[in-house]
Amino acid sequence: MSSGGFPWLTLVVFLPLLGVAAIFLVEEALVKWVALGVSSLVFLVSLPLWVLFDKSTPAMQFVETHQWIASPSINYAVGVDGISLPLVLLTTLLTPLCVLISWTAIETRVREFMVSLLVMETATIGVFAALDFVLFYVFWETMLIPMYLLIGIWGGPNRVYAAIKFFLYTLAGSVLLLVAIIVLYFYAGKESFDILTLSDAEYPAWLQALLFWAFFAAFAVKVPMFPFHTWLPDAHVEAPTAGSVMLASVLLKLGAYGFLRFSLPMLPDATQQFTPVVLLLSVVAIIYGAYMAFAQADLKKLIAYSSVSHMGFVTLGIFVLNAQGIEGAILQMVNHGITTGALFLCVGIVYERTHSREIADNSGLAATMPVYASFLVIFALSSVGLPGMNSFVGEFFVLLGAFLWSKAVATAAALGVILAAAYILWMLQRVIYGTPAQHVTSKLYDMNWREIGTLAPLAFFVFWIGLYPKPLLDVMHASVDHLVHKQAKAMVVDAGPPVSPQVIAANPSSPETGDTKADTR
Amino acid sequence: MMIPLADLVTILPELIVVSVACLLLVLDPITPSNKKDLLAWMSVATLGVCFMVTAGSMGDRVYAFSDLVVVDEYASFWKLLLYVVSGMTILLSIGYLKEERIDLAEFYGFVLLSLTGMMIMVSGADLLVIYLGIELMSISLYIMAGFKRFEAKSIESSAKYFILGAFSSGLLLYGISLIFGAAGSTRLVEIAAAVDARGLDDSMILIALMLVIVGFGFKVAAVPFHMWTPDVYQGAPTSVTAFMAVASKAASFGAFLRVMLEGFGGMKPNWSGLILGVCILTLILGNLVAIVQTNVKRMLAYSSIAHAGYALIGLVVAGWVGTESGVPAKGVSSMMLYLAVYSFMTLGAFSIVAILRRGGEEGEDLGDFTGLAKRHKGAAFLMLLFMVSLAGIPPTAGFIGKFYLFMAAVNAGLTWLAVVGLIFAAVSAFYYLRVVMVMYMREPSPDQEGETRLALSPTATVVLALAVAGVVLFGLYPWPLVSLTATAALP
Repeated sequence: MSSGGFPWLTLVVFLPLLGVAAIFLVEEALVKWVALGVSSLVFLVSLPLWVLFDKSTPAMQFVETHQWIASPSINYAVGVDGISLPLVLLTTLLTPLCVLISWTAIETRVREFMVSLLVMETATIGVFAALDFVLFYVFWETMLIPMYLLIGIWGGPNRVYAAIKFFLYTLAGSVLLLVAIIVLYFYAGKESFDILTLSDAEYPAWLQALLFWAFFAAFAVKVPMFPFHTWLPDAHVEAPTAGSVMLASVLLKLGAYGFLRFSLPMLPDATQQFTPVVLLLSVVAIIYGAYMAFAQADLKKLIAYSSVSHMGFVTLGIFVLNAQGIEGAILQMVNHGITTGALFLCVGIVYERTHSREIADNSGLAATMPVYASFLVIFALSSVGLPGMNSFVGEFFVLLGAFLWSKAVATAAALGVILAAAYILWMLQRVIYGTPAQHVTSKLYDMNWREIGTLAPLAFFVFWIGLYPKPLLDVMHASVDHLVHKQAKAMVVDAGPPVSPQVIAANPSSPETGDTKADTR
Repeated sequence: MMIPLADLVTILPELIVVSVACLLLVLDPITPSNKKDLLAWMSVATLGVCFMVTAGSMGDRVYAFSDLVVVDEYASFWKLLLYVVSGMTILLSIGYLKEERIDLAEFYGFVLLSLTGMMIMVSGADLLVIYLGIELMSISLYIMAGFKRFEAKSIESSAKYFILGAFSSGLLLYGISLIFGAAGSTRLVEIAAAVDARGLDDSMILIALMLVIVGFGFKVAAVPFHMWTPDVYQGAPTSVTAFMAVASKAASFGAFLRVMLEGFGGMKPNWSGLILGVCILTLILGNLVAIVQTNVKRMLAYSSIAHAGYALIGLVVAGWVGTESGVPAKGVSSMMLYLAVYSFMTLGAFSIVAILRRGGEEGEDLGDFTGLAKRHKGAAFLMLLFMVSLAGIPPTAGFIGKFYLFMAAVNAGLTWLAVVGLIFAAVSAFYYLRVVMVMYMREPSPDQEGETRLALSPTATVVLALAVAGVVLFGLYPWPLVSLTATAALP
């Protein structure tokens, strides 16, 4: 392993908790500075993961394994591969920005706020890094409490409803996940909760089908996929800006990550079998989310529905089961984290001035806030998927992958891109160039350096990934290839060589995905 | 007739506890009122000594008094847990009884007497001995429940508990008499022999079995024998409620399991299905009715019913036939683990209720918790931890307890039971989180400001520290407890 023995990953996971301890010790005035310092330090400490990462292997890297419970064998095991590394870095990048954007927006109980934020960071990085299924579940559930508090304490007028809705939806979704984990343990018969060991075991088809839906319930709620998305608009609208950013940029990724890490490799046959259903739901989410976004007068709600649409691209890319689709999906996850996070930050900035999220109250900002307008245009266009910006690359790959699976699906999904252009540009037209709302103009002033500092790093990534995505793609190639290869192998076993015409008829995806995954790169 | 010395040594902890209990009753009237705390400390010290004696003598199975009493690791595990729980109850009561103006040192004597009963229950190898233990425990608890003797609610609680408790004891005793008729003895080993010989054909044994299950069902507060629980828990002094919800439940489960496995082990198919039904009813009713409660004490009463349902999953697994060897023992150990974990989080939650005062009374209404996070950050945060743990959300001990129970259930082929349990765990999150919501997300109304206060005595702080240590440490590093329950489980 390239870790050189130094426990970088453990440091990244638990440094935020040390920060929590520090926050409890310092006086009120220093809390923000400590939170900013610690979260920035976590970002710096996570950079060696990127630098030392060996791009040539799909194996887990920076692996650390320590026994946690002897019987049944549960380990503290962490490691990253090309799929989880980008998401870990996304989390460490966004947390300091969340601290920055809350600098003046959060006035009450600052200490508790920062503690919740840092506990969230530990839990989310832990989810991405966990190599033991029970450890994964522990982090996965732990995250609910700080998020519940973030929405419920510092949120908008209807925050209590939104917080409990968020909590119960996600908790109910995860109920079956724990049973599925235990069932996997006994069926694999390896006396281990190790994720890689469990991925290597074979499970009978009927069991795979049951487990697939148990996993699906947990992950689809988190993504959220249509029709489990109804908690999202409520949670986003009521959450404070930092909460919305964490929710959109990091929490939604956990569901998609779950599909990639568990559903695909552990249940390849069931994945094959139910792909059409998931793809249908993804396409519905893409179009329905976009359609709903049109109708919103509230900026946060508009972005929330656009999230549903964009995350539809992610699940679409994952379940077309080819390298293009999956790489596109991971890119889209990172891009959505950057772009949507930035858009929520933008709404937060203007909300701090006008105390309204209505488009009508925030129109014609270009005159009074030119710098802000420039940033908003950048991120809005990124969200549309303008070539040269980050989302374009991800959506392009996803559509390419979808096209290989079925032309109809790709066409339907492409409709979502057009709709996105329409609702985003319409929003821009009103917010930036509309007639200024008289009653709020006096409250407007342009962004200060802190706010520019919050948005500038994200703008940088928008263009970097848009113009030169190669470094990011290189990181994921080996891992995605490994994943696709495993899927293809499952297909071959399904079909049985030589592939008979009946099987092709029953499963039109098999020959295409099998062939194209290797040569189109 | 001389009692053999070896037998007395075997029950040394029981002898110590009961002697100190009697001593306390004698010392109480002659101790000046400002020195009464000394008697509480004396009881705590006694428990410490007994803890060391029991922990030091853990090992092989020893029978005493011609097989009436058994001391094995299983019994010792429960005793250790009971010492800790009783000690925490006494420490909590020192401040609480003063607040309630009922600080009589007799109270500590009754705690120890009740504890003696519980110790006899988990060590009994004979149904009559177990019955005597139950009675000693229950009669002490009837008195303790009515300790706030100037309050109608407390007296009502005591009277209800007494009537229903006596009724259930009667049923149990009736069952025991039938068993005696069928087996010719009340010793568990001889019952087991009679059951093996002709259990299924003998309707007298079947009826006796049902009566025994009903009797213990009352004591562990399982549905449909739970009716007494909410009123009794709500009316009794809070430290007594905590003691009932934790210690009496743990001891009853300990005895219940031993009777079922060692006495009726030959008829597992007859009782495991019955207990499965009780278990599911308990999960459903306990969790659903808890949702509509607005009184935290009453909500915790229903929550304790629901948790009895979870613990029963362990008993179902222990009795589930057709499983591989070793699987039933996993059911036993997971139940022991669950009750140990449950003790810490429930005691913690009741302690917060006990120290939260509103005027001269306890702040037990949900409204009294409004905005608690603003006024008493520490107490609110601890309550948050206890609620999260009761809901079974990691990284708290509550999750570990549920995890092992569900592992045992799936291992026994009862995957669907694990699913039911988890669904109701999600339901329970709703009412536990409502307490969190009220504490953190509601503003204290102006007329409340300053009215509720924390009566936090130094000893109550110790109790809270112990409870939170149990909830957090066993959540993060459960191995010591897991291995202890694994070795102490009945095969």
